[in-house]
Amino acid sequence: MNKLHLSKASRVNFATYAMVIAAYAVLQFMGGAGILSATMRGQLVPICAYVAMALSLNLTVGVLGELSLGHAGFMSVGAFAGAVAAAALPIPSAPLRLAAAMAAGALFAALAGALVGVPVLRLNGDYLAIVTLAFGQIIKSIVENLYIGMDSRGLHTSFLENRLTLREGGLMILNGPMGINGINKISTFTAGFLLVMLILVVIFHLVGSRTGRAIMALRDNRIAAESVGIPVTKYKLMAFVIAAAMAGAAGTLFALGQNTITASKFDFNTSILILVFVVLGGQGRMWGSIIAAALLTILPEALREFADYRMLVYAVVLILVMLATNNPTLQGFFTSLFRKNKRKEAAGK
Amino acid sequence: MSDMYPKPKLVPVPSTNIIPERDVGKRPILECRHLGIDFGGLTAVDDFNMAIGRTEIAGLIGPNGAGKTTVFNLLTKVYQPTRGTVMVDGRDTAGKSTIQVSHMGVARTFQNIRLFNSLTVEENVKIGLHNQIRYSALTGVLRLPAFWREERKAHQRALELLSIFDMQDMAGYQAGSLPYGAQRRLEIVRALATNPSLLLLDEPAAGMNPSETAELMTNIRKIRDTFQIAIMLIEHDMNLVMGVCEGICVLNFGRIIAKGTPDDIQANPAVIEAYLGKRKEG
Repeated sequence: MNKLHLSKASRVNFATYAMVIAAYAVLQFMGGAGILSATMRGQLVPICAYVAMALSLNLTVGVLGELSLGHAGFMSVGAFAGAVAAAALPIPSAPLRLAAAMAAGALFAALAGALVGVPVLRLNGDYLAIVTLAFGQIIKSIVENLYIGMDSRGLHTSFLENRLTLREGGLMILNGPMGINGINKISTFTAGFLLVMLILVVIFHLVGSRTGRAIMALRDNRIAAESVGIPVTKYKLMAFVIAAAMAGAAGTLFALGQNTITASKFDFNTSILILVFVVLGGQGRMWGSIIAAALLTILPEALREFADYRMLVYAVVLILVMLATNNPTLQGFFTSLFRKNKRKEAAGK
Repeated sequence: MSDMYPKPKLVPVPSTNIIPERDVGKRPILECRHLGIDFGGLTAVDDFNMAIGRTEIAGLIGPNGAGKTTVFNLLTKVYQPTRGTVMVDGRDTAGKSTIQVSHMGVARTFQNIRLFNSLTVEENVKIGLHNQIRYSALTGVLRLPAFWREERKAHQRALELLSIFDMQDMAGYQAGSLPYGAQRRLEIVRALATNPSLLLLDEPAAGMNPSETAELMTNIRKIRDTFQIAIMLIEHDMNLVMGVCEGICVLNFGRIIAKGTPDDIQANPAVIEAYLGKRKEG
């Protein structure tokens, strides 16, 4: 009786899946054909990680409607938990070990998300943003003072100073402010692609379900949501923890694609960078986040020829793009251009 | 129009409260006793006593700033009362939150419309149905059979509810893009979706033209007759109030100055004075 027809939302979702799959296929082909430069190949895993980060932050900012300035903190938790898990877990198969490490990263980041979320999600707007900012700094300080080593007896941790006495054949994994060195790089572009797809599926399915509707109701009008009996704190926490878990998995992906990671890699600047991806791509618009994250991750590499002025040009480009995408006159101009083309097409027929 | 619907005789329950005769044998859906709230030194509402019968259409009127919306906010626990009790279906609401009161069967609309503007009309209604849709977040993400079954049910129920106001064709529109009158109607549908036993309407006819108001009047009765629920409305449009309400309560400066049938209220000198002022003596 009810013919299943695609709503606008599901059409956008399918287009987003198609875009990601096409980008993967093209890049994979270019990589195979040897067209891709070495630097570009090295960027593929970080791009996937940042795309995943942007998507997860868009869940907090775009879907839940709360500003988070400490998203890199969750990435950091995921990166270090995942890297330690990858070093400690005796799984011979690299893809399986990567999957297990990502699961560990996601789990620890989710725990951190719940830990921050429970006390602070009663706050709204600016207050929440400032608390998340502080959280990011706390995570950085904790990791910089954390020492983890492994020997035949298992994992050992020490805080503030290295008091670990490992048995013979033991290995320091996390060395306080020095971070983790000599990481076995098991992250692959395919793994990154799968993670991005998984995150997309989870976000789209969530948004299209009862849970997602409740979360978006909070964003649009909290008072009205309460008046129809939506438990505000529960759904806020749920969205926040899910976003944190995704950021954790992205952090693991990122870490296991690097030789060395230190806590300072995931500082306030990274949080802001990810927020820039989300704002530039459009809040609640997942395909926008993907494009923005991918382009802005490549851009600094592409601007190498400007040498010392690289970051200056980057900033200028960013300002111009922001102005262009938020300018009503310019938007109107593009829309009218589009319409004219359509009209011409129609007239041509 | 009011002649078609004979107004019932009102009887006192238990003291100064009045409810329609047909509801006397049943527990009142709402009972306020000595309800009051102070904001700092200002007493916004004081000694508010009111009962509403299970199928009554009640009106709350009064000049601007009389405290009508404050009463609604007290009933839905947006504000916690300073004094007095609110009983919903015989259960005390002391210490309850807005969300819990909603679960007890009180639904409301807002004077300044509060829709989920970026979502579609259908999604707005489905959010009202939230607590009747039964599947977990995980089921939703994994798209298990329960998701499809419940979503199909919710879709049908949403269209049914929208058809009360003939809005089923607008299901796919963005709520924020609807014309004003349709937004007010959608708010009522969303409130009805929570399956309430008491529906609070805050100025449902505000911004509507006379023909829309007349239609609203018919629909308010239709909602009461179909769902067998109590409706309490705040309204400045006296045609609507006098035409549709059975018991009316008049508020001025936070206190009840009159209660009765529309005829009682229209003839009450205190009410006339509150609205029009006192004639100068001499």
